[in-house]
Amino acid sequence: MEYEAVIGLEVHAQLLTDSKAFCSCTTKFGAAPNSNTCPICQGMPGVLPVLNRKALEFTVLMALACHCDIKPVSRFARKNYYYPDLPKNYQISQYELPVAEHGWVEIETDGETRRISLTRIHMEEDAGKLIHDERKPVSYVDLNRTGVPLIEIVSEPEIKSPEEAAAYLKSLRSILVYLRICDGNMEEGSFRCDANVSVRPKGESTLGVKAELKNMNSFRYVQKALQYEIDRQIELVREGGRVVQETRLFDPSTGITASMRSKEQAHDYRYFPDPDLLPLRVDDDLIERMRSRLPELPAEKRDRFVRDLGIPLYDAGVLTASRELAGYFEETVKLCPNPKSVSNWIMTELMRMLKGDEAGIANCPVSPAGLAELLRLVEQGTISGKMAKTLFEKAYASGRDPVALFEEDRKVQISDQIELGKIIGKVLDDNPGEVARYLSGKKQLLGFFVGQVMKETSGQANPKLVNGMLIAELAKRSTSGS
Amino acid sequence: MSELYELTAVELAALLNERKTSSVEITRAVLDRIAAVEERVHAFITVRPESALSMAAEADQRIAAGNQRPLTGIPIAVKDNMCVKGERATCGSKILENFVPPYDSTVVKRLREEGMVIVGAANMDEFAMGSSTETSCFGTSRNPWDLDLIPGGSSGGSAAAIAAGEAIMALGSDTGGSIRLPAAFCSVTGMKPTYGSVSRYGLVAYASSLDQIGPFAKNASDLSLLLNVICGHDPSDSTSVPRDYPDFTTFLEQSLAGMTLGMPREFFSKLDHPDVSRVMAEARQVFEGLGVKFVELSLPHLDYGIAAYYIIAPSEASSNLARYDGVKYGHRAEQFDSMIDMYCQTRAQGFGAEVKRRIMLGTYALSSGYYDAYYLKAAKIRTLITNDFKSAFEKCDAIYCPTAPTPPFAIGAKIDDPIQMYLTDVFTIPVNMAGLPGLTIPGGFSADGLPVGLQFIAPHFKEGLLVQLAAAFQQTTDHHLKRPQL
Repeated sequence: MEYEAVIGLEVHAQLLTDSKAFCSCTTKFGAAPNSNTCPICQGMPGVLPVLNRKALEFTVLMALACHCDIKPVSRFARKNYYYPDLPKNYQISQYELPVAEHGWVEIETDGETRRISLTRIHMEEDAGKLIHDERKPVSYVDLNRTGVPLIEIVSEPEIKSPEEAAAYLKSLRSILVYLRICDGNMEEGSFRCDANVSVRPKGESTLGVKAELKNMNSFRYVQKALQYEIDRQIELVREGGRVVQETRLFDPSTGITASMRSKEQAHDYRYFPDPDLLPLRVDDDLIERMRSRLPELPAEKRDRFVRDLGIPLYDAGVLTASRELAGYFEETVKLCPNPKSVSNWIMTELMRMLKGDEAGIANCPVSPAGLAELLRLVEQGTISGKMAKTLFEKAYASGRDPVALFEEDRKVQISDQIELGKIIGKVLDDNPGEVARYLSGKKQLLGFFVGQVMKETSGQANPKLVNGMLIAELAKRSTSGS
Repeated sequence: MSELYELTAVELAALLNERKTSSVEITRAVLDRIAAVEERVHAFITVRPESALSMAAEADQRIAAGNQRPLTGIPIAVKDNMCVKGERATCGSKILENFVPPYDSTVVKRLREEGMVIVGAANMDEFAMGSSTETSCFGTSRNPWDLDLIPGGSSGGSAAAIAAGEAIMALGSDTGGSIRLPAAFCSVTGMKPTYGSVSRYGLVAYASSLDQIGPFAKNASDLSLLLNVICGHDPSDSTSVPRDYPDFTTFLEQSLAGMTLGMPREFFSKLDHPDVSRVMAEARQVFEGLGVKFVELSLPHLDYGIAAYYIIAPSEASSNLARYDGVKYGHRAEQFDSMIDMYCQTRAQGFGAEVKRRIMLGTYALSSGYYDAYYLKAAKIRTLITNDFKSAFEKCDAIYCPTAPTPPFAIGAKIDDPIQMYLTDVFTIPVNMAGLPGLTIPGGFSADGLPVGLQFIAPHFKEGLLVQLAAAFQQTTDHHLKRPQL
């Protein structure tokens, strides 16, 4: 029997607000442990939370970008569990009434686009970090991250493969990054993902028993963990076993998932509405304000590049992977209206220099204007593609304008030729006998002249150029001498 | 001539304004009184003579500079669940025995702005869970009217302090009657304002949706001044209501003529204590003499009040008290063999029996599979009770009822019978459930000379009406002037 996988993903995205979700502490990363804390995020007795409006605005932006229904009234709820990185021993989250429901995002795999439905988007606060002493049985708590606003984005169980899961995550991440509400950094944990995985006989409509996967902190690990888990479950079922509901932890060093806790050991979070926070109201005014701030999103931009600029779908997808890269492309096209060649150049030369860090485009040493000028020189036939590449690399390394570099090179070449001409003249003047013998037919003497010139220039001259110039000068002397 | 500690805040403020005394002098008188009677009354967990005298000296400077406010220089006791920066806040619990908050609660900030003198932290039931102060891990406060009796709780220390002359005014908190019950039992004036009118920021939470800070005073005029200090919107408390709060002293001289008070059948039918019934009837006559009409009415869901309260309050408490785990502050067990064991030992040692009972109740009520049957149902009852009051207020301006079913009872009488203890709050709990303002004033005395309180319940934000009722009654009667012999 053939089996198919059913995957649902829960993504946590850290919002790029300046201050925390329920207090005014800064969210800046990298400060000394517990320095970005106050009585509120430390969970002192008597403190109360006040919602950061910016966090709500960012959430509404994401909800709009994902075509969600935004609820006019939602509620914060307390998720109760004990852990030392959670100072109140409850997390302020949303449960029965999330801020947004029923959305979708588009994903692309193998050249095909498909919608993945979202169940909900809700707001919550992040926990702190535990640091375990490696030599002593002591753990330390750093609460700097405690209370940083998160949104949780929950997909419907509609994802069919690890590849689709990766495409879905990339799509979500690029929307978040486009909206400038999350930096999307998976390794640093500002974009995190848990997965619910089950398998069932192909064509079946009921869902199998699912396992929840945790600890996958890169796109590669998500795919690896999902593939391992799907294979494990199919093999188990084929052998007559049954999948049990449990939480499994992915181990990146071995590439396998292992049971962390069973359904029986699962936490009962005892959710209830947080009495310290009023029902959360999102009025039409806020929604409209956020709608007007929505930038063109990656999928729309990609389709426009295909439609209006004639760029192939795949290329358009690459170019719109980040808002900055797409902006760079569009700026360049404005000045050099040959989208295809601009796109090729960016996808090969520029991407090679960026080494896959598309966000690095923001600090690209070559400006769109510089690149446009360079491409224009190529189109005019002034320089070859090869020269353009060299110039581009030089410009990228030095941060200077490629066309200015080109002009300089040309000047240097010219001044080099004048200087070389003088040396050649001197060498020929100093060796009249050899010149006469050359002119009478002993052409092998050319090597002698080249050697002399190279000696005079301490080997700095371009031998090819020296060759050419010597032949020309000797020819001149033959005419003048006859 | 009365001693300074026997005077009201209004009388003392007049003396201060006329430069006939100083805040330091008043504070010394109060501290001397504390020294004389505290051993017997035990109204305080912590008395802070040094900081009190330094606050008094500051108040005197303000008065000398002529920029005093109405209560500048007046000594006040603050229940030990409100954070005062740099002074320990125990909540009557071993788990916070050595906890020193690094910040001021909003009410304490307001007391400071007013220039009031905080004399100490008043005793209370542990985490405000109790009706007698018997659950305090620092020992039971005594009722100044009879030292063998409880003063009521949970803000028993605040009420006892005023009755014993150990403070001129006090702040308490009221989650199910914790201001009104001790006020009634100690024969002082106390109010639980509308939920949301006094900031809860810095009040150590018991049940967040029910907790409300309120004033204790010797009479309605003092109370109205303290209300002026503490009421107001606070952006640090999301449940604080932004609105214009009136000057409550403007209600002191208003006539009651034409006013209607409602008497809920469900309350009066439960009254089987002859002294309480007699006091209620006598006070009714006084009000009728002032032109007040009485109507009987029904609050049909009142009977479910206590049951619903003992789902909602413990549910919230089980979550609010989860933070006391030994990790960050407060008590931590010395011996443990794992993280979980550290939590368990710390909490087993740090919490008393009543707190543990409520944490377990709440944890159970919120558990998956039980949530709908308990918490959700209780929340529905709460809405029904709120609606009952709403319809009642179509028939009357305020509700008139007893504060407690009996006069104060003996220490030890109910502490081993939680249900009997819980029933003490039968008349006060519904007010918290509906978020309404409730007031208690001395109504008279039992045959044994024990205080009996009257309770008035008004629509949301009608504290002024309650002040008006209290002031008019106190202008006609002298129950509030009687002080216990110590």
